[in-house]
Amino acid sequence: MPEAAASAVSDTPAVAGPLREFWQSYAQNRGAIIGVTLVLLLIALALGADFVAPHPPNEQYREFTLTPPMWDEGGSSRFVLGTDPVGRDMLSRLIHGTRLSLVIGFISVAISLVIGVTLGLVAGYFRGLTETVIMRLMDVMLALPSLLLAIAVVAILGPGLANAMYAIAIVLLPHYVRLTRAAVIAEAGKEYVASSKIAGAGTWRLMFNTILPNCTAPLIVQATLGFSSAILDAAALGFLGLGAQPPTPEWGSMLASALEFIQRAPWVVTYPGLAILVTVLAFNLMGDGLRDALDPKLKR
Amino acid sequence: MLAFVLRRIVQSAAVMAVVALIAFALFNFTGDPVASMVGPEATLEERARLRTELGLDRPFWIQFGHFVGNAAQGEFGRSLRQGRKVSALLKERLPATLELSLVAAMLALVVGIPLGVYTALRRNTWLSQLLLAGSLIGVSLPTFLIGILLILVFAVILGWLPSFGRGDTVALGWWTTGLLTASGLKALILPAITLSLFQMTLIMRLVRAEMLEVLRTDYIKFARARGLSDRTIHFGHALKNTLVPVITITGLQLGAIIAFAIITETVFQWPGMGLLFIQAVNFADIPVMAAYLCFIALVFVTLNLIVDLLYYAVDPRLRIERAAAH
Repeated sequence: MPEAAASAVSDTPAVAGPLREFWQSYAQNRGAIIGVTLVLLLIALALGADFVAPHPPNEQYREFTLTPPMWDEGGSSRFVLGTDPVGRDMLSRLIHGTRLSLVIGFISVAISLVIGVTLGLVAGYFRGLTETVIMRLMDVMLALPSLLLAIAVVAILGPGLANAMYAIAIVLLPHYVRLTRAAVIAEAGKEYVASSKIAGAGTWRLMFNTILPNCTAPLIVQATLGFSSAILDAAALGFLGLGAQPPTPEWGSMLASALEFIQRAPWVVTYPGLAILVTVLAFNLMGDGLRDALDPKLKR
Repeated sequence: MLAFVLRRIVQSAAVMAVVALIAFALFNFTGDPVASMVGPEATLEERARLRTELGLDRPFWIQFGHFVGNAAQGEFGRSLRQGRKVSALLKERLPATLELSLVAAMLALVVGIPLGVYTALRRNTWLSQLLLAGSLIGVSLPTFLIGILLILVFAVILGWLPSFGRGDTVALGWWTTGLLTASGLKALILPAITLSLFQMTLIMRLVRAEMLEVLRTDYIKFARARGLSDRTIHFGHALKNTLVPVITITGLQLGAIIAFAIITETVFQWPGMGLLFIQAVNFADIPVMAAYLCFIALVFVTLNLIVDLLYYAVDPRLRIERAAAH
């Protein structure tokens, strides 16, 4: 099931013609180009974190605690963005934090997408009681503020990075279910589905091979935007002490532990904040661009 | 009308039931309460007796029913950490959170609506572009970071405003207010801005989108043809019609504001319910967590219900659409 969903997503743009057409419409949006460039850069940084980062992220240089960034007075080129209260290199921690944030985003969105698409597909295809049960459950989940739901889930499962990712996946779930269901209902009545059914396609084939690939556009957009909300929520949970635990170089928990040093060493707060801003902004810009390109109906 | 109201009430009850189940699950998932209450030398008989006394040997649904019955009376037991009744703790913290949330909501409306109108009417000025770009950045910044940056600028660098706490408060019966003292008002500014910023961008974008939509409609063209002044058209005709969705969203967002106050309260050490809840989570103080979750869900569900009913009462079009749909 997950394989079918994943290949459906990657197969669609593989054809040359539509791909070029898509790129032309995507490239019209300057913000979207900036977004995709930043995202690619961040992915490269995350993949190469071990080679790019000048120091190990958890190495404590005790004689260099709270060294300012190199362009400030008292800074050195050894620690480009300075060090934190226990002497760890900020730049290295931020680079490793990029990897962590992207992994958090990827895993939570992936879990949510696989479960959400399956539930939405089932609800939209079978209708009836199944649909009512699934959709009412999603309504209940949507009825609660997302952050509160995430905190409640973490409170039950216990604080920690993995549990924070499950919590975020649960929070994102209703959006994918609703989107998929709506798209499936719209597609299911069309002629190509009927002809495929007459040709003898089974239920599973109809659901995953015939209908699902035609519902991918809104899902891709939502998944991209889901990345940014996953990263934001993970940072918030980390900041509250419910997500990644120290010494993990997660941006939110870095900020929480740096808060008391804000007066003496503002850089321990500003750079992780900047990292979150740039990453989330990049995914938001890319998501907006994708929406305009893939889904002309939604264009403002 | 009656069917609609009933359906909404049933839905709200379902949400509350799920939240109560989550809150109840907290008690069961986080270890055996008997083990933490008796010493390691307690015999099996003693444990069994305590279990019967606490009602833990009864079936799950009976226990859950008992929990819901108590919760409905505002009875959640005692805080494990502070030893006080949870209802008293929440009541003590309620005014701080409500004051902060309401001021933040007002701020979001008072700033958000004019900005939205401006960006809709003067679409191509550099200020509009700047505001729109700024709102995108505002959405991409986590709330706690905005709070930290505000502290850095206004409390640490400029030293104008306090960086934490609620200032002096005045007691009005059981309600404590910080709105009547200078230090209370000063302490409120930064947290209120922090909490309102996200909603402000949301309202601004909503008002802008709605205004652009309404300005394209025929009755606006007709109003122009009648020779009405731009001012009358924009504010008397267009803005008035955008306000219904704006008020709905604000009403719905008020619940979100109260919930998101958790983060703002943590950043500013604001002595509200959110801070109480986060401390409870970190100390596994389950009665407090359960009570907070149920309370917030109740506020949220009630607000949703009121907004839905008001919407239905205010907008006659909705009634006709619903009637046509059924």
